[in-house]
Amino acid sequence: MAKHRIMGLFRDFEEAFNAIAELRDRRVPGLGVDDVTLISPIEHPEIEEVLGERPSHVPKFTLCGALFGMTFGFLFLSSAQATFLVQPQGGKPVVPLPTNIVLTYEMLILFGVLFTVISFIITARLLRKRNSLYSENVSVDQVGIEMSLNDNQLEPVKQLFKRHKVLEIREEVLR
Amino acid sequence: MQTKDINEDIKWAQINKDVLRSMENPRIGYWIAVGCCIAMLACAVTAEIYQYSTGMGPANLNWPHMWDIYIATFIFWIGMSHSGTLLSAILHIIRSDWRKPIYRFAEAMTTFSLMTAGLFPVIHAGRLWNIYWTLPYVSDRGIWPNFRSPLIWDAFAVFTYLTSSALFLFIGMIPDLAICRDNARGWRKKLYTALSLGWRGDDRQWRNFRKTYLLMACFLIPLAVSVHSIVSSDFAMSIQPGWHVTTFPPYFVAGALYSGCAAIITLFICLRYFFRFEEYMTIPILEKTCKLTFAIAMVWTYLNLIEFASVWYGHNYADKEVLLGKFYGPYSPFFWAMMFFGSVLPFTLAFEKLRRHIPTMFVVSLLLNVGMWLERYMIVSPTLAYGYHPMAWDIMYPSMVQWAIVFGSFGWFGLLFLVFVKIFPSVSMYEVKEMVYHRRRLARDEQAHVFHRRTGDHQSSGTATPGLEGA
Repeated sequence: MAKHRIMGLFRDFEEAFNAIAELRDRRVPGLGVDDVTLISPIEHPEIEEVLGERPSHVPKFTLCGALFGMTFGFLFLSSAQATFLVQPQGGKPVVPLPTNIVLTYEMLILFGVLFTVISFIITARLLRKRNSLYSENVSVDQVGIEMSLNDNQLEPVKQLFKRHKVLEIREEVLR
Repeated sequence: MQTKDINEDIKWAQINKDVLRSMENPRIGYWIAVGCCIAMLACAVTAEIYQYSTGMGPANLNWPHMWDIYIATFIFWIGMSHSGTLLSAILHIIRSDWRKPIYRFAEAMTTFSLMTAGLFPVIHAGRLWNIYWTLPYVSDRGIWPNFRSPLIWDAFAVFTYLTSSALFLFIGMIPDLAICRDNARGWRKKLYTALSLGWRGDDRQWRNFRKTYLLMACFLIPLAVSVHSIVSSDFAMSIQPGWHVTTFPPYFVAGALYSGCAAIITLFICLRYFFRFEEYMTIPILEKTCKLTFAIAMVWTYLNLIEFASVWYGHNYADKEVLLGKFYGPYSPFFWAMMFFGSVLPFTLAFEKLRRHIPTMFVVSLLLNVGMWLERYMIVSPTLAYGYHPMAWDIMYPSMVQWAIVFGSFGWFGLLFLVFVKIFPSVSMYEVKEMVYHRRRLARDEQAHVFHRRTGDHQSSGTATPGLEGA
């Protein structure tokens, strides 16, 4: 059985939203909304009403980055200051906490930001080649619904798209 | 009279078209501005070559004026960097959507201001080839960086701020870079394809994008405040008269926001003219920025008065001499000009008629920044001129070499900025689309609500009404 990837392009979000809602309610055999991807020119958080809540894992990376930055920052400074033992300290502490807090704070933010950006690239699945169904109209004003289907699901989904005034249907056969 | 922040009937395709056209076809004024910036930069490069080849003598940097106009200008550029990213982040978190058409160039302003600021410690140090000595690396080479010194904190803070601001700018641009990629040809297509990181706008990408942008905004607000507080520590943690002041950190932060807001007004007006952005950089948005600038100007004025009062009533002779030196000494023309530009001139922003008059606002915003530069000069120079020992008092007037380098720094900043807005979209297309979408949706819900009330149906009509794409 061949596997297909299909994308329907809609004039606006309302039509795409209704198409996904019907897809969810009618339940095309073997097809759930977990397989559906919405492609749009702007963010539509309200799509989670039909697609279900889809969490983002970026904050976990951010927390790890901030903690790493804090630890690394303090250890970096302390290790540098520890080499000052050869210098006369004049009664001052070798590792001064109040001043190190400032730089530790900066490192916390720097690594927090860096980890956030890296996690964004990973979790958003960037740096991958776009598939051949991508339409440049999606970056203007149209909204796409993309999903992978089996042979027997293809026709019902096309009919459903047509009921919601799809402008164009693109498809490719996956190996 | 235009009252809406944006025309809600504008088509999404038109937004793409207008912004993409701006990158191809600016007004002639853009090219004149580029020419002026190159000329200014040439002055600075010539002066720097002269200073480099003859030593720091022509820069008048001599005891007690070891820090002077270069460090004042360094603080000025650090300050100017503040409003862009900080205001963008704050307005993003509090969901003020009028930021959307203007935040991109404001964030770019931050990045380029920091890049300009970073030149001044190098220029000031004189020996360019040894500048890496200032970097806080582990002291295997016997450099012994002093981590207790605010100068080292400065290096860390500015580096962190530059990195974070540049990433914030870049991340916010990714969806727009994808639009550019889909519409460009030749070298631009290759550039935008690489920079857009394969963005296609699916719900996974948008969801993670929003979370990332919000988290970065949350990091950038305390970072921006800490950076200028640390810059103020360069002064406040010394025991020099006029510098050892508790109010310096908030004073610096307020001054930074003030100069940044004034610069946003200047650049707003320039871009509106160069790129025919009348539909996006509207008068109501300019008015809001002016009101914000006015509020910050009043905070800055208050902090100035607090500082004067604490010195005056503190009766510390050395501090008082510095203050009196500003009031009626050789620095008084600069000081009173600073007070006029910084505290009196902003009252023009309180009048609606003037706020809506673009030429007036352009001139006022430039003069506000002159005032802010003078503020930094008045922080640095009088204290050095009136130290603790009267025998060491010395007035230093900047030399032509110094003026040329300071003047040229504006050319450098302007050139970076103008090149940026020619290559990258200076108005965020996807955010303007969101702004239009949400405002139309809100208007439609309100209309439906009014209709239901009139027809006796008291049920709320505030249910989600998705749609309006490309309307």
